[in-house]
Amino acid sequence: MTKLLFNFLIFPGFLFTVVFGLAANWIDRKVTARIQWRVGPPWYQPLIDLVKLSIKEITIPRTASKELFLLSPMIGLSAATLVSTLVWLPNIDRVSTGFSGDIIVIVYLLTLPAIAVILGASASGNPLASLGASREIKMVIAYELPFIISLVVPVIKSHGVLKLSDIINYQAAHGSFVASLSGMIAFIVMIFCMQAKLGLVPFDASEAETEIMGGVLIEYSGMLLAIFKLTKAMLMVALPLFLITLFWQGFNFLSIWKYVILLVIIILIRNTNPRVRIDQAVGFFWGKMTLLAILAVLLAIKGM
Amino acid sequence: MSLRLKALTKSIWVYHMSTGSCNNCDIEILDMLTPRFDVERFGITLVGSIRHADAILVTGSLNLKTIPRIKAIYEQAPKPCVVIAIGVCACGQGMFKNGPNCPNPVDSVLPVDVYIPGCPPKPEAMIAGVVKLIEKLKGKK
Repeated sequence: MTKLLFNFLIFPGFLFTVVFGLAANWIDRKVTARIQWRVGPPWYQPLIDLVKLSIKEITIPRTASKELFLLSPMIGLSAATLVSTLVWLPNIDRVSTGFSGDIIVIVYLLTLPAIAVILGASASGNPLASLGASREIKMVIAYELPFIISLVVPVIKSHGVLKLSDIINYQAAHGSFVASLSGMIAFIVMIFCMQAKLGLVPFDASEAETEIMGGVLIEYSGMLLAIFKLTKAMLMVALPLFLITLFWQGFNFLSIWKYVILLVIIILIRNTNPRVRIDQAVGFFWGKMTLLAILAVLLAIKGM
Repeated sequence: MSLRLKALTKSIWVYHMSTGSCNNCDIEILDMLTPRFDVERFGITLVGSIRHADAILVTGSLNLKTIPRIKAIYEQAPKPCVVIAIGVCACGQGMFKNGPNCPNPVDSVLPVDVYIPGCPPKPEAMIAGVVKLIEKLKGKK
Protein backbone atom coordinates (compact mmCIF):
# COMPACT_ATOMS: atom_id res chain seq x y z
CA MET A 1 0.00 0.00 0.00
CA THR A 2 2.76 2.43 0.98
CA LYS A 3 4.72 1.39 -2.09
CA LEU A 4 1.68 1.99 -4.27
CA LEU A 5 1.14 5.47 -2.80
CA PHE A 6 4.83 6.20 -3.23
CA ASN A 7 4.58 5.09 -6.87
CA PHE A 8 1.58 7.24 -7.57
CA LEU A 9 2.59 10.37 -5.68
CA ILE A 10 6.37 10.56 -5.79
CA PHE A 11 8.64 8.46 -7.92
CA PRO A 12 7.27 7.61 -11.33
CA GLY A 13 3.95 9.30 -10.65
CA PHE A 14 3.07 12.85 -9.77
CA LEU A 15 6.18 14.60 -8.47
CA PHE A 16 8.73 13.04 -10.81
CA THR A 17 6.57 13.52 -13.88
CA VAL A 18 5.92 17.13 -12.92
CA VAL A 19 9.64 17.85 -12.65
CA PHE A 20 10.28 16.06 -15.94
CA GLY A 21 7.34 17.83 -17.59
CA LEU A 22 8.40 21.29 -16.45
CA ALA A 23 11.85 20.63 -17.87
CA ALA A 24 10.23 19.55 -21.15
CA ASN A 25 8.09 22.68 -21.08
CA TRP A 26 11.18 24.82 -20.65
CA ILE A 27 12.93 23.04 -23.54
CA ASP A 28 9.82 23.69 -25.64
CA ARG A 29 9.84 27.42 -24.86
CA LYS A 30 13.59 27.76 -25.23
CA VAL A 31 13.78 25.94 -28.58
CA THR A 32 10.79 27.92 -29.85
CA ALA A 33 12.59 31.11 -28.87
CA ARG A 34 15.80 30.02 -30.57
CA ILE A 35 13.89 29.14 -33.76
CA GLN A 36 12.42 32.63 -33.72
CA TRP A 37 15.92 34.06 -33.17
CA ARG A 38 15.16 35.13 -29.62
CA VAL A 39 16.94 34.32 -26.37
CA GLY A 40 14.08 32.70 -24.51
CA PRO A 41 13.18 32.36 -20.83
CA PRO A 42 15.51 31.09 -18.07
CA TRP A 43 15.29 27.47 -16.91
CA TYR A 44 13.12 28.16 -13.86
CA GLN A 45 10.44 30.02 -15.87
CA PRO A 46 7.74 27.26 -16.00
CA LEU A 47 8.15 26.62 -12.26
CA ILE A 48 7.95 30.28 -11.35
CA ASP A 49 4.88 30.69 -13.57
CA LEU A 50 3.16 27.94 -11.59
CA VAL A 51 4.20 29.49 -8.25
CA LYS A 52 2.89 32.86 -9.37
CA LEU A 53 -0.40 31.40 -10.57
CA SER A 54 -0.89 29.56 -7.30
CA ILE A 55 -0.63 32.75 -5.23
CA LYS A 56 -3.06 34.68 -7.40
CA GLU A 57 -6.72 35.09 -6.64
CA ILE A 58 -9.18 32.46 -7.96
CA THR A 59 -12.09 34.13 -9.68
CA ILE A 60 -15.35 32.27 -10.25
CA PRO A 61 -17.73 33.85 -12.77
CA ARG A 62 -21.28 34.53 -11.64
CA THR A 63 -22.70 32.52 -14.55
CA ALA A 64 -20.54 29.48 -13.82
CA SER A 65 -21.70 26.19 -12.38
CA LYS A 66 -19.46 26.38 -9.34
CA GLU A 67 -18.88 22.75 -8.35
CA LEU A 68 -18.05 21.53 -11.85
CA PHE A 69 -15.90 24.60 -12.52
CA LEU A 70 -13.79 23.80 -9.45
CA LEU A 71 -13.83 20.03 -9.93
CA SER A 72 -12.82 19.65 -13.57
CA PRO A 73 -9.12 20.66 -13.17
CA MET A 74 -8.83 17.97 -10.48
CA ILE A 75 -10.31 15.35 -12.85
CA GLY A 76 -7.70 16.20 -15.47
CA LEU A 77 -4.82 16.22 -12.98
CA SER A 78 -5.75 12.90 -11.40
CA ALA A 79 -6.12 11.27 -14.82
CA ALA A 80 -2.71 12.60 -15.86
CA THR A 81 -1.15 11.31 -12.63
CA LEU A 82 -2.64 7.85 -13.11
CA VAL A 83 -1.66 7.61 -16.76
CA SER A 84 1.91 8.75 -16.15
CA THR A 85 2.31 6.17 -13.37
CA LEU A 86 0.88 3.42 -15.56
CA VAL A 87 3.22 4.32 -18.42
CA TRP A 88 6.34 4.78 -16.27
CA LEU A 89 6.08 1.60 -14.20
CA PRO A 90 6.51 -1.01 -17.00
CA ASN A 91 9.49 0.96 -18.26
CA ILE A 92 11.21 0.86 -14.88
CA ASP A 93 10.42 -2.71 -13.88
CA ARG A 94 9.73 -4.92 -16.90
CA VAL A 95 8.68 -8.06 -15.08
CA SER A 96 6.24 -7.56 -12.24
CA THR A 97 4.35 -4.38 -13.10
CA GLY A 98 1.24 -3.70 -15.15
CA PHE A 99 -1.74 -5.93 -15.75
CA SER A 100 -3.28 -7.50 -18.81
CA GLY A 101 -5.22 -4.84 -20.68
CA ASP A 102 -3.46 -1.79 -19.26
CA ILE A 103 -3.13 -0.35 -22.80
CA ILE A 104 -6.93 0.00 -22.91
CA VAL A 105 -6.98 1.69 -19.50
CA ILE A 106 -4.26 4.10 -20.65
CA VAL A 107 -6.22 5.00 -23.81
CA TYR A 108 -9.26 5.84 -21.70
CA LEU A 109 -7.21 7.81 -19.17
CA LEU A 110 -5.50 9.78 -21.95
CA THR A 111 -8.89 11.03 -23.10
CA LEU A 112 -9.88 12.21 -19.62
CA PRO A 113 -7.80 15.45 -19.54
CA ALA A 114 -9.55 16.57 -22.73
CA ILE A 115 -12.92 15.66 -21.19
CA ALA A 116 -11.97 17.67 -18.08
CA VAL A 117 -11.15 20.69 -20.23
CA ILE A 118 -14.49 20.34 -22.03
CA LEU A 119 -16.39 20.05 -18.74
CA GLY A 120 -14.63 23.03 -17.20
CA ALA A 121 -15.13 25.20 -20.25
CA SER A 122 -18.81 24.34 -20.47
CA ALA A 123 -19.25 25.00 -16.77
CA SER A 124 -17.63 28.43 -16.92
CA GLY A 125 -20.60 30.02 -18.70
CA ASN A 126 -18.52 32.03 -21.14
CA PRO A 127 -19.61 32.01 -24.81
CA LEU A 128 -16.01 31.90 -26.06
CA ALA A 129 -15.24 29.04 -23.70
CA SER A 130 -18.23 27.08 -25.00
CA LEU A 131 -17.02 27.73 -28.54
CA GLY A 132 -13.63 26.34 -27.50
CA ALA A 133 -15.32 23.37 -25.83
CA SER A 134 -17.24 22.52 -28.99
CA ARG A 135 -13.99 22.66 -30.97
CA GLU A 136 -12.28 20.46 -28.39
CA ILE A 137 -15.09 17.88 -28.68
CA LYS A 138 -14.69 17.81 -32.46
CA MET A 139 -10.94 17.49 -32.05
CA VAL A 140 -11.30 14.54 -29.64
CA ILE A 141 -13.67 12.80 -32.09
CA ALA A 142 -11.21 13.50 -34.90
CA TYR A 143 -7.95 12.25 -33.39
CA GLU A 144 -9.23 9.28 -31.38
CA LEU A 145 -10.08 7.26 -34.51
CA PRO A 146 -6.59 7.10 -36.10
CA PHE A 147 -5.02 6.92 -32.62
CA ILE A 148 -6.89 3.75 -31.71
CA ILE A 149 -6.52 2.17 -35.15
CA SER A 150 -2.76 2.65 -35.11
CA LEU A 151 -2.67 1.40 -31.52
CA VAL A 152 -3.84 -1.95 -32.90
CA VAL A 153 -0.58 -2.31 -34.87
CA PRO A 154 1.76 -3.16 -31.94
CA VAL A 155 -0.91 -5.45 -30.51
CA ILE A 156 -1.11 -7.39 -33.81
CA LYS A 157 2.65 -7.49 -34.21
CA SER A 158 3.18 -8.90 -30.72
CA HIS A 159 0.49 -11.55 -31.39
CA GLY A 160 -2.35 -10.15 -29.33
CA VAL A 161 -0.60 -8.95 -26.18
CA LEU A 162 -2.47 -6.19 -24.34
CA LYS A 163 0.09 -5.60 -21.61
CA LEU A 164 2.73 -2.88 -21.85
CA SER A 165 5.54 -4.79 -20.12
CA ASP A 166 4.95 -7.82 -22.39
CA ILE A 167 5.11 -5.58 -25.45
CA ILE A 168 8.44 -4.18 -24.27
CA ASN A 169 9.77 -7.70 -23.65
CA TYR A 170 8.55 -8.86 -27.07
CA GLN A 171 10.36 -5.95 -28.72
CA ALA A 172 13.51 -6.65 -26.71
CA ALA A 173 13.46 -10.17 -28.13
CA HIS A 174 12.40 -9.46 -31.73
CA GLY A 175 13.50 -5.87 -32.46
CA SER A 176 11.49 -2.69 -32.13
CA PHE A 177 8.30 -2.26 -34.15
CA VAL A 178 9.31 1.11 -35.53
CA ALA A 179 11.91 -0.66 -37.67
CA SER A 180 9.21 -2.41 -39.70
CA LEU A 181 7.11 -0.72 -42.38
CA SER A 182 3.74 -0.98 -40.61
CA GLY A 183 5.24 0.11 -37.31
CA MET A 184 6.84 3.13 -38.96
CA ILE A 185 3.54 4.25 -40.54
CA ALA A 186 1.60 3.76 -37.30
CA PHE A 187 4.30 5.65 -35.38
CA ILE A 188 4.01 8.66 -37.71
CA VAL A 189 0.22 8.66 -37.36
CA MET A 190 0.63 8.48 -33.59
CA ILE A 191 2.97 11.49 -33.60
CA PHE A 192 0.31 13.63 -35.29
CA CYS A 193 -2.35 12.36 -32.88
CA MET A 194 -0.02 13.19 -29.99
CA GLN A 195 0.35 16.72 -31.31
CA ALA A 196 -3.43 17.08 -31.27
CA LYS A 197 -3.77 15.47 -27.84
CA LEU A 198 -1.24 17.92 -26.41
CA GLY A 199 -3.15 20.80 -28.02
CA LEU A 200 -0.06 22.21 -29.72
CA VAL A 201 -0.03 24.62 -32.58
CA PRO A 202 -1.39 23.14 -35.78
CA PHE A 203 -4.25 21.65 -33.77
CA ASP A 204 -4.78 24.23 -31.03
CA ALA A 205 -8.03 25.65 -32.37
CA SER A 206 -9.73 25.02 -29.01
CA GLU A 207 -7.56 27.52 -27.17
CA ALA A 208 -6.58 29.81 -30.02
CA GLU A 209 -5.25 32.87 -28.21
CA THR A 210 -5.45 35.30 -31.09
CA GLU A 211 -8.92 34.19 -32.09
CA ILE A 212 -11.01 33.22 -29.07
CA MET A 213 -8.68 34.53 -26.33
CA GLY A 214 -7.61 31.32 -24.66
CA GLY A 215 -10.86 29.56 -25.55
CA VAL A 216 -11.51 26.77 -23.10
CA LEU A 217 -9.30 28.26 -20.37
CA ILE A 218 -10.59 31.82 -20.71
CA GLU A 219 -12.34 32.01 -17.30
CA TYR A 220 -9.75 30.05 -15.34
CA SER A 221 -7.38 31.95 -13.10
CA GLY A 222 -4.92 31.36 -10.30
CA MET A 223 -4.54 27.84 -8.91
CA LEU A 224 -7.06 26.28 -11.31
CA LEU A 225 -5.18 27.56 -14.35
CA ALA A 226 -1.95 26.31 -12.77
CA ILE A 227 -3.49 22.83 -12.46
CA PHE A 228 -4.45 22.85 -16.13
CA LYS A 229 -0.90 23.90 -17.07
CA LEU A 230 0.46 21.14 -14.83
CA THR A 231 -1.77 18.58 -16.55
CA LYS A 232 -0.46 19.70 -19.93
CA ALA A 233 3.13 19.41 -18.70
CA MET A 234 2.54 15.89 -17.36
CA LEU A 235 0.93 14.78 -20.62
CA MET A 236 3.96 16.13 -22.43
CA VAL A 237 5.92 13.42 -20.62
CA ALA A 238 3.36 10.62 -20.58
CA LEU A 239 2.38 10.68 -24.27
CA PRO A 240 5.85 10.50 -25.88
CA LEU A 241 6.74 7.86 -23.31
CA PHE A 242 3.66 5.83 -24.27
CA LEU A 243 4.71 5.97 -27.92
CA ILE A 244 8.28 4.93 -27.10
CA THR A 245 6.95 2.05 -25.01
CA LEU A 246 4.66 0.82 -27.78
CA PHE A 247 6.96 1.16 -30.76
CA TRP A 248 10.54 1.78 -29.69
CA GLN A 249 11.60 -0.88 -27.17
CA GLY A 250 10.63 1.09 -24.11
CA PHE A 251 12.46 3.73 -22.16
CA ASN A 252 15.20 3.69 -19.61
CA PHE A 253 17.36 6.53 -18.41
CA LEU A 254 20.18 5.67 -20.79
CA SER A 255 17.84 6.03 -23.77
CA ILE A 256 16.66 9.53 -22.92
CA TRP A 257 17.65 10.53 -26.47
CA LYS A 258 14.51 8.78 -27.74
CA TYR A 259 12.39 11.11 -25.66
CA VAL A 260 14.43 14.13 -26.73
CA ILE A 261 14.00 13.21 -30.42
CA LEU A 262 10.22 12.94 -30.02
CA LEU A 263 10.12 16.24 -28.10
CA VAL A 264 12.11 18.01 -30.80
CA ILE A 265 9.79 16.60 -33.50
CA ILE A 266 6.79 17.97 -31.59
CA ILE A 267 8.45 21.37 -31.19
CA LEU A 268 9.44 21.55 -34.85
CA ILE A 269 5.93 20.67 -36.04
CA ARG A 270 4.60 23.27 -33.65
CA ASN A 271 6.90 26.01 -34.90
CA THR A 272 6.69 25.44 -38.62
CA ASN A 273 2.94 25.17 -39.11
CA PRO A 274 0.08 27.66 -38.91
CA ARG A 275 -3.07 26.84 -36.97
CA VAL A 276 -5.55 24.82 -39.01
CA ARG A 277 -9.29 25.39 -38.95
CA ILE A 278 -11.33 22.79 -37.11
CA ASP A 279 -12.84 21.38 -40.32
CA GLN A 280 -9.37 21.05 -41.82
CA ALA A 281 -8.21 19.22 -38.69
CA VAL A 282 -11.14 16.79 -38.79
CA GLY A 283 -10.56 16.24 -42.52
CA PHE A 284 -6.88 15.61 -41.90
CA PHE A 285 -7.44 13.02 -39.19
CA TRP A 286 -10.42 11.24 -40.72
CA GLY A 287 -8.94 11.33 -44.21
CA LYS A 288 -5.20 10.86 -44.60
CA MET A 289 -4.37 9.75 -41.07
CA THR A 290 -7.12 7.13 -40.84
CA LEU A 291 -6.22 5.74 -44.27
CA LEU A 292 -2.56 5.52 -43.25
CA ALA A 293 -3.51 3.83 -39.99
CA ILE A 294 -5.70 1.26 -41.80
CA LEU A 295 -2.84 0.65 -44.25
CA ALA A 296 -0.51 0.06 -41.30
CA VAL A 297 -2.94 -2.43 -39.76
CA LEU A 298 -3.25 -4.33 -43.08
CA LEU A 299 0.54 -4.43 -43.43
CA ALA A 300 0.85 -5.64 -39.84
CA ILE A 301 -1.61 -8.47 -40.54
CA LYS A 302 0.52 -9.39 -43.57
CA GLY A 303 3.50 -9.44 -41.22
CA MET A 304 5.44 -6.56 -42.73
CA MET B 1 7.51 36.52 1.34
CA SER B 2 10.53 36.91 -0.90
CA LEU B 3 9.56 33.87 -3.01
CA ARG B 4 6.11 35.39 -3.43
CA LEU B 5 7.55 38.68 -4.60
CA LYS B 6 10.06 36.96 -6.86
CA ALA B 7 7.32 34.86 -8.44
CA LEU B 8 5.17 37.93 -9.00
CA THR B 9 7.93 40.02 -10.55
CA LYS B 10 9.63 37.29 -12.59
CA SER B 11 6.52 36.19 -14.43
CA ILE B 12 4.40 39.15 -15.47
CA TRP B 13 1.65 38.18 -17.89
CA VAL B 14 0.27 41.28 -19.55
CA TYR B 15 -3.15 41.96 -20.95
CA HIS B 16 -3.41 44.61 -23.60
CA MET B 17 -6.36 47.00 -23.37
CA SER B 18 -6.81 49.65 -26.01
CA THR B 19 -9.21 52.40 -24.97
CA GLY B 20 -9.52 54.10 -28.32
CA SER B 21 -5.90 54.54 -29.26
CA CYS B 22 -4.53 55.23 -32.73
CA ASN B 23 -2.82 51.76 -32.75
CA ASN B 24 0.63 53.30 -32.61
CA CYS B 25 1.32 52.38 -28.99
CA ASP B 26 -0.18 48.92 -29.59
CA ILE B 27 2.27 48.24 -32.39
CA GLU B 28 5.15 49.36 -30.19
CA ILE B 29 3.93 47.02 -27.43
CA LEU B 30 4.05 44.10 -29.86
CA ASP B 31 7.55 45.26 -30.76
CA MET B 32 8.69 44.22 -27.30
CA LEU B 33 8.03 40.56 -28.15
CA THR B 34 10.18 40.62 -31.28
CA PRO B 35 13.74 39.18 -31.39
CA ARG B 36 15.31 42.58 -30.87
CA PHE B 37 13.85 43.15 -27.41
CA ASP B 38 12.42 39.72 -26.45
CA VAL B 39 10.79 40.40 -23.09
CA GLU B 40 10.08 36.68 -22.69
CA ARG B 41 13.62 36.59 -21.27
CA PHE B 42 12.11 38.16 -18.15
CA GLY B 43 9.00 36.00 -18.19
CA ILE B 44 6.75 38.66 -19.68
CA THR B 45 4.19 37.21 -22.09
CA LEU B 46 1.07 38.56 -23.73
CA VAL B 47 -2.10 36.69 -22.75
CA GLY B 48 -5.51 36.77 -24.39
CA SER B 49 -7.76 36.60 -21.35
CA ILE B 50 -7.92 39.07 -18.46
CA ARG B 51 -8.29 36.15 -16.02
CA HIS B 52 -4.69 35.12 -16.74
CA ALA B 53 -3.22 38.62 -16.49
CA ASP B 54 -0.98 40.22 -13.87
CA ALA B 55 -0.68 43.61 -15.55
CA ILE B 56 -3.08 45.62 -17.68
CA LEU B 57 -1.47 47.80 -20.35
CA VAL B 58 -3.81 50.69 -21.05
CA THR B 59 -3.27 52.63 -24.27
CA GLY B 60 -5.26 55.45 -25.78
CA SER B 61 -7.34 58.34 -24.54
CA LEU B 62 -10.12 56.93 -22.42
CA ASN B 63 -13.34 57.79 -24.24
CA LEU B 64 -16.88 57.64 -22.90
CA LYS B 65 -17.69 54.27 -24.47
CA THR B 66 -14.70 52.48 -22.98
CA ILE B 67 -15.02 53.73 -19.38
CA PRO B 68 -17.54 51.02 -18.30
CA ARG B 69 -15.55 48.41 -20.23
CA ILE B 70 -12.26 49.20 -18.58
CA LYS B 71 -13.91 49.23 -15.16
CA ALA B 72 -15.37 45.78 -15.87
CA ILE B 73 -11.99 44.55 -17.11
CA TYR B 74 -10.23 45.76 -13.98
CA GLU B 75 -12.84 44.16 -11.71
CA GLN B 76 -12.51 40.85 -13.57
CA ALA B 77 -8.74 40.73 -13.17
CA PRO B 78 -7.49 38.39 -10.42
CA LYS B 79 -5.59 40.38 -7.80
CA PRO B 80 -2.74 41.31 -7.31
CA CYS B 81 -2.84 43.15 -10.60
CA VAL B 82 -1.06 46.32 -11.71
CA VAL B 83 -2.09 48.92 -14.27
CA ILE B 84 0.44 50.45 -16.67
CA ALA B 85 -0.56 53.50 -18.70
CA ILE B 86 1.30 53.58 -22.02
CA GLY B 87 1.48 56.57 -24.31
CA VAL B 88 0.83 60.22 -23.69
CA CYS B 89 -2.91 59.81 -24.28
CA ALA B 90 -3.28 57.30 -21.46
CA CYS B 91 -0.94 59.24 -19.17
CA GLY B 92 -2.54 62.65 -19.45
CA GLN B 93 -4.96 62.73 -22.39
CA GLY B 94 -2.39 64.34 -24.68
CA MET B 95 -3.85 66.25 -27.59
CA PHE B 96 -7.38 65.14 -26.64
CA LYS B 97 -7.26 67.19 -23.43
CA ASN B 98 -10.12 69.42 -24.48
CA GLY B 99 -11.94 66.83 -26.58
CA PRO B 100 -15.64 66.36 -25.81
CA ASN B 101 -15.43 62.56 -26.03
CA CYS B 102 -12.52 62.01 -23.67
CA PRO B 103 -13.24 63.97 -20.47
CA ASN B 104 -11.61 61.52 -18.05
CA PRO B 105 -7.92 60.65 -17.76
CA VAL B 106 -7.16 56.97 -17.09
CA ASP B 107 -6.00 57.58 -13.52
CA SER B 108 -9.37 59.03 -12.57
CA VAL B 109 -10.91 55.63 -13.26
CA LEU B 110 -8.17 53.08 -12.43
CA PRO B 111 -5.30 53.11 -9.92
CA VAL B 112 -2.39 53.51 -12.35
CA ASP B 113 0.98 52.19 -11.10
CA VAL B 114 3.35 53.33 -13.84
CA TYR B 115 3.10 56.06 -16.45
CA ILE B 116 5.14 55.62 -19.64
CA PRO B 117 4.86 58.80 -21.76
CA GLY B 118 5.70 59.11 -25.43
CA CYS B 119 3.82 59.25 -28.69
CA PRO B 120 4.42 56.34 -29.07
CA PRO B 121 6.94 55.41 -26.33
CA LYS B 122 9.95 53.47 -27.55
CA PRO B 123 10.18 49.82 -26.51
CA GLU B 124 13.26 50.75 -24.46
CA ALA B 125 11.14 53.27 -22.56
CA MET B 126 8.52 50.60 -21.86
CA ILE B 127 11.14 48.15 -20.59
CA ALA B 128 12.58 50.88 -18.39
CA GLY B 129 9.07 51.56 -17.08
CA VAL B 130 8.52 47.91 -16.22
CA VAL B 131 11.89 47.81 -14.45
CA LYS B 132 10.85 50.85 -12.39
CA LEU B 133 7.56 49.12 -11.57
CA ILE B 134 9.42 46.02 -10.34
CA GLU B 135 11.72 48.17 -8.21
CA LYS B 136 8.72 49.97 -6.76
CA LEU B 137 7.03 46.68 -5.91
CA LYS B 138 10.20 45.41 -4.25
CA GLY B 139 10.62 48.62 -2.27
CA LYS B 140 7.03 48.66 -1.11
CA LYS B 141 7.02 45.16 0.32
